[in-house]
Amino acid sequence: MKKNNVKSGAIHRAWDFFTSMKLTVTVLLCLAATSVVGTLIPQNEAPTFYFHQYGKFFYRLLMATGLDNMYHSWWFQLLMLLLFVNIIACSVHRLSSMWKVIFNKSPRVNPERFRKLENRIEIEVNERLDSLQKPYTDIISKRFRRHASEKTDKGFYIYGEKWRLSRLGVYVVHASVLVLLIGALIGSLLGFDGFVNIPEGKSVDQIMLRKTQKTLPLGFAIRCDDFDVTFYETGAPKEYRSKLSIIRNEKVLLTRDIIVNRPLRFGGVNIFQASYGEVPGEKHVAGDLASKKIRLNIVDRHTGKTITQELSMGGTAALPEGSGFFLIKEFKESADFRGQEIGEAFLGLLMEKGKDPVEVLLPLRYPNFDKMRGGHHVFSLENIDDLLVSENKEPVYYTGLQITRDPGVWVVYSGFILMLIGFGVTFFMSHQQVFVEVTPSGKKCRVMLAGISNKNTIGMERKLKKLSAAL
Amino acid sequence: MNSSLLLSITTFIYGLSAVLYLISWVFKKKGPGRAAFFSLALGALLNAGGIVLRWVESYQLGIGHAPLSNLYESLVFFSLTIAVFYIFIEWRYQNPTIGVFASPLSFLSMAYASLSPNISDHIQPLIPALKSNWLIAHVVTCFLGYSALAIAFGISIMYLFKLTERGQKYRMLQSFPDSRSLDELNHQMVMVGFLFLTAGIITGAVWANSAWGSYWSWDPKETWSLITWFIYAAVLHARMMRGWHGRRIAWLCIFGFFAVLFTYFGVNLLPGLHSYGQ
Ligand code: HEM
Repeated sequence: MKKNNVKSGAIHRAWDFFTSMKLTVTVLLCLAATSVVGTLIPQNEAPTFYFHQYGKFFYRLLMATGLDNMYHSWWFQLLMLLLFVNIIACSVHRLSSMWKVIFNKSPRVNPERFRKLENRIEIEVNERLDSLQKPYTDIISKRFRRHASEKTDKGFYIYGEKWRLSRLGVYVVHASVLVLLIGALIGSLLGFDGFVNIPEGKSVDQIMLRKTQKTLPLGFAIRCDDFDVTFYETGAPKEYRSKLSIIRNEKVLLTRDIIVNRPLRFGGVNIFQASYGEVPGEKHVAGDLASKKIRLNIVDRHTGKTITQELSMGGTAALPEGSGFFLIKEFKESADFRGQEIGEAFLGLLMEKGKDPVEVLLPLRYPNFDKMRGGHHVFSLENIDDLLVSENKEPVYYTGLQITRDPGVWVVYSGFILMLIGFGVTFFMSHQQVFVEVTPSGKKCRVMLAGISNKNTIGMERKLKKLSAAL
Repeated sequence: MNSSLLLSITTFIYGLSAVLYLISWVFKKKGPGRAAFFSLALGALLNAGGIVLRWVESYQLGIGHAPLSNLYESLVFFSLTIAVFYIFIEWRYQNPTIGVFASPLSFLSMAYASLSPNISDHIQPLIPALKSNWLIAHVVTCFLGYSALAIAFGISIMYLFKLTERGQKYRMLQSFPDSRSLDELNHQMVMVGFLFLTAGIITGAVWANSAWGSYWSWDPKETWSLITWFIYAAVLHARMMRGWHGRRIAWLCIFGFFAVLFTYFGVNLLPGLHSYGQ
């Protein structure tokens, strides 16, 4: 017996915890506060970014707490889950006690309850009792859908009630939050969000997922037949337009133009115009480089000071402040760095005062290569664009497409609609009950009005004043 | 007459109205209060006229679109919605002291739009992402929400003044509505504001889904609007908690309005999709 009590005590406490409004306010404010953090720390960057930006200690901290992707971290989702459970518990709790009030077919009017109300208004009317009943009943019945009139010991009362069902509005609001969360969950479990770049004339049948950086086969191919971008006179972009074809089993199923804000939807997959760019052409060496002049940048690592010198094969450049020389020794078609092929490169010889000469590689395809050496001066080629040229004469564009699938969207949209309806009802309608009692007092009549509203008590007072003027 | 000139005149008239409200409050005179109300109404009319004219001008330039597409235009619209909300409140509650705290908001928003060197009042063509009917629904609902919350901010300040000891003694604070009415009015403005804020977030989400394929992507502006939403949802519930009535709610509303301001201006300091102010 005792054991049972302890258990039900714990359940009781858990129930109290989950139905409490304190939890609601705490969770909402926690969600707000933690979301701020996510807007201050850039999200979903590569680990190296955080390492460089914040240092080792904070890097570890960020990775351990998931702050680099905080809206998907376990603790943020736990907050959402708490909200979810809180709403369900609260609604069950309140609805179970509210049910009888809302769905009572024939409510009994309790005159005593109204007679004690603080907002009651009493007036005297210069009429006889029986001449008042009909006009008063008319007035109340016009304004309140449900009404009843009853004789009392001395006189009569009229009771009016309306918008009782508006009490359900707040449950609609809370249900809509649940619907939204469920819709979002469906989307994140069953949907995907990826992108792909398609050069004009080419087609692809798989995309790159944003979150995991994995590829995903689509089950059909998308071909970019054409891409166009137009500009305003101001230089601002006016329109991006891609002509796309959907191809399955080598058959073109449909061809359509998409622009921003007018996507293509095919088989549950949405294809959006997101970006564009120029396809980098195959680059190749411009003629015989051994006979070309090169421009050499020499950067002082500590001061950042840069000088540029022009020299040809076999030539030397003086280092700043007479600290030595740099000699261009030879050009290699295919250079090699620690067993790694790094393509075309110039090979230089660095002769610093008081030091042994060092060989320095200046590969064409890795402009910042020499930074790695960690020397006092960093060498690089300034005129790479003269040495390596693109084979495309006309620029070739690619269209950047965002490709998504989200089966939860319609659930989320239903949640949106429910929420707005719920707000309309909860905010602008209230369950109102009024009570008008008339008793004879000498030759005149005393009229007492009182009313109850489940919210906006001041509005009720105003309403009673207006009503008393009408009586 | 072009829209820029008309809107500059509007700024001046809003300023006049704010000064008149202040005079009427400090000297407890009815006359300046009436004048303040009429100049605010006139300001709102010119403000609306300016917006319509700007709309027409954009069509004459051949880049026709609703004038709700950049920071300048949104501030101009913000002024109008604050003025309209306030005119409704004064009409309903007949207490011009609230105007002392509401009309300067219209004036400041307008003055900031006209005078800040960082804000261009040129009519610009729409970039591709903004070419959507959702733009109008989104901006209108957002700013209706922001302005209701701006007025709730003003009322909360009045409420806190009213509750101080001086509130009982000082003549100037006595003319404020009583604290219970202020609290109730504040609640109503928060409800209206929350409704429109929600509608603003929803229209934004639907638009984002039609423009780039996901209704929510945690970009800083979206996230800040959600932060604001959480704060006001907490306000609505805190009202029903014991010991949280009144003063704390007023503070939360003031705090919430700073979140609104940050959503509006501060977010431009963070990277993201929303182009206002750039
Ligand atoms: C994001 C989540 C939520 C939203 C958007 C929301 C929204 C609302 C709104 C708009 C109201 C009406 C307020 C008013 O009339 O002034 C309300 C009332 C209420 N909410 Fe929530 N709510 C949320 C979460 C919760 C949770 C988790 C609980 C659980 C305790 C809760 C309990 C209540 C209660 C008890 C009421 C009062 C109902 C009544 O007036 O009879 N809400 N909520």
